[in-house]
Amino acid sequence: MNAPVLDVRGVVKAFGDNVVLRGVDLAVGEHEVVALIGGSGSGKSTLLRCASLLETVDDGQVLLDGEDITDTRIDADRVRRRMGVVFQAYNLFPHLSVLDNVTLAPTVVHGRTTTEARAEAHELLARIGLAEKAAEFPDRLSGGQQQRVAIVRALAVHPRVLLLDEITSALDPELVGEVLAVVREVASQGMTIVMATHEMGFARQVADTVAFLDGGVVLESGPPQQVLGDPVEPRTRQFLARVIDAGRL
Amino acid sequence: MTTGVALPAPSELELSRRAWRRSRSRRSTLVALLSTLLFAVVAYLVVTSAPGWPRVRTTFFSPSVAWRSLPTILSGLWLNLQVLLVGGVLVLVLGLLVAMVRTLRGPAFAPLRIVATAYVDLFRGIPLIIVLYLVGFGFPALGLQGVPTSPFILGTAAIVLTYSAYVAEVFRAGIESVHPSQRAAARSLGLTHRQSMRIVVLPQALRTVTPALLNDFVALQKDVGLISVLGAIDAVRSAQILVGQSFNFTPYVVAGLLFVLLAVPSARLADAVSARARRRQQSGNLL
Repeated sequence: MNAPVLDVRGVVKAFGDNVVLRGVDLAVGEHEVVALIGGSGSGKSTLLRCASLLETVDDGQVLLDGEDITDTRIDADRVRRRMGVVFQAYNLFPHLSVLDNVTLAPTVVHGRTTTEARAEAHELLARIGLAEKAAEFPDRLSGGQQQRVAIVRALAVHPRVLLLDEITSALDPELVGEVLAVVREVASQGMTIVMATHEMGFARQVADTVAFLDGGVVLESGPPQQVLGDPVEPRTRQFLARVIDAGRL
Repeated sequence: MTTGVALPAPSELELSRRAWRRSRSRRSTLVALLSTLLFAVVAYLVVTSAPGWPRVRTTFFSPSVAWRSLPTILSGLWLNLQVLLVGGVLVLVLGLLVAMVRTLRGPAFAPLRIVATAYVDLFRGIPLIIVLYLVGFGFPALGLQGVPTSPFILGTAAIVLTYSAYVAEVFRAGIESVHPSQRAAARSLGLTHRQSMRIVVLPQALRTVTPALLNDFVALQKDVGLISVLGAIDAVRSAQILVGQSFNFTPYVVAGLLFVLLAVPSARLADAVSARARRRQQSGNLL
């Protein structure tokens, strides 16, 4: 494997007395899709928020294309431009139309012309089947549609890596499929993706690597068949058994 | 959502429900109308039967004095309007600035935050009339070169100082009402703090606080009358002069009514804006 796009080394993060990450290591190669799994509160979201510089780490390093982005001298705004983040609650801007949501960062942050940005936004929206919703406001869209727009918004800046933070957790079961289909397509085009997810079936199909977070560390990681099918660690087995009981695998 | 497909004819049950709602709303309207009318009649009878009423009528409600004083008071009101417009704009700018300073994060901005907080605490606490005296008479007393002495400028400055403190808090509430996830989304797209503020946070904050701002504007409309204490010949001062000349208080009533007329459109606008905001946020009509 080439040098990783995103390289998390011994990251520690605590909120007060609550130590969420106790030294997480995770390397994500170019075009690789990594699924982060783990119980609630295991630190999946926190890890993604540290990687996207929405939180400062308490120790360790995060490298993006070999550059230490946790360096205090680094311009965080410039780093964030190279990543795309999609949130559990979509976080679309309610006062902007779908089109403006998508073209905001390309025009304001990346200095592209409005015409250019709009043309690409229309193209991206067409690909996810929402071309006719370009002029609508987010409130008028279903949750699944909003989340698809949020993915497109993150893709419009041509990120080096796409971070997906439990993007289907707030959706009705019947809407999960349409969002995952978009992720699957994006992955098939070679986007590097790190996703925190509870969708084990989807992780098995799409991910190249599954990393199980427990007790603030990556307890076990490897190909989905191995981690989800024949885990080494007893804790992973326990977790998967609970997930199977809940009917999510 | 309109689909273009006509609904089936309403059932008997629905028709009876509609009839009941109509009769209820007719009854409420009638009750409201009658009680208002009754109150007006009682108030009229009580006031006009008072022993001092003839005296009050001639000294406070003399039509001829009112008519004669109107032009003078109107020209004074023009000064109030100028203070209102200039002051209103300055209050918005200064208020927004102070609010943004107060919402800055990080230890580097602590001194600025402290200054902004102290400003708001000071000017929200001190009565406007005292600010007017201090600014209006204190500044010129310094005798510094270039310090304006016009009561118009000094009065406007005092009003702006006081109102900006209130408006800053309104803006701040609005800024803080925008969910942090919006900021996270903006920053994760690579927007800087300032870009997120300008493009994502402030537009949403402004929508939330428009009704409150309009309410403050209505308050400002009448408080501009206080510049009269500095000797500016505004509507209140003109009325005061006329009262002094004639020993008839009608000019005060005229000035008061003019201020009310000025405030009514803004008050209705404020109502309309809040109603619109409410409609947008709540889809149900029951509560």
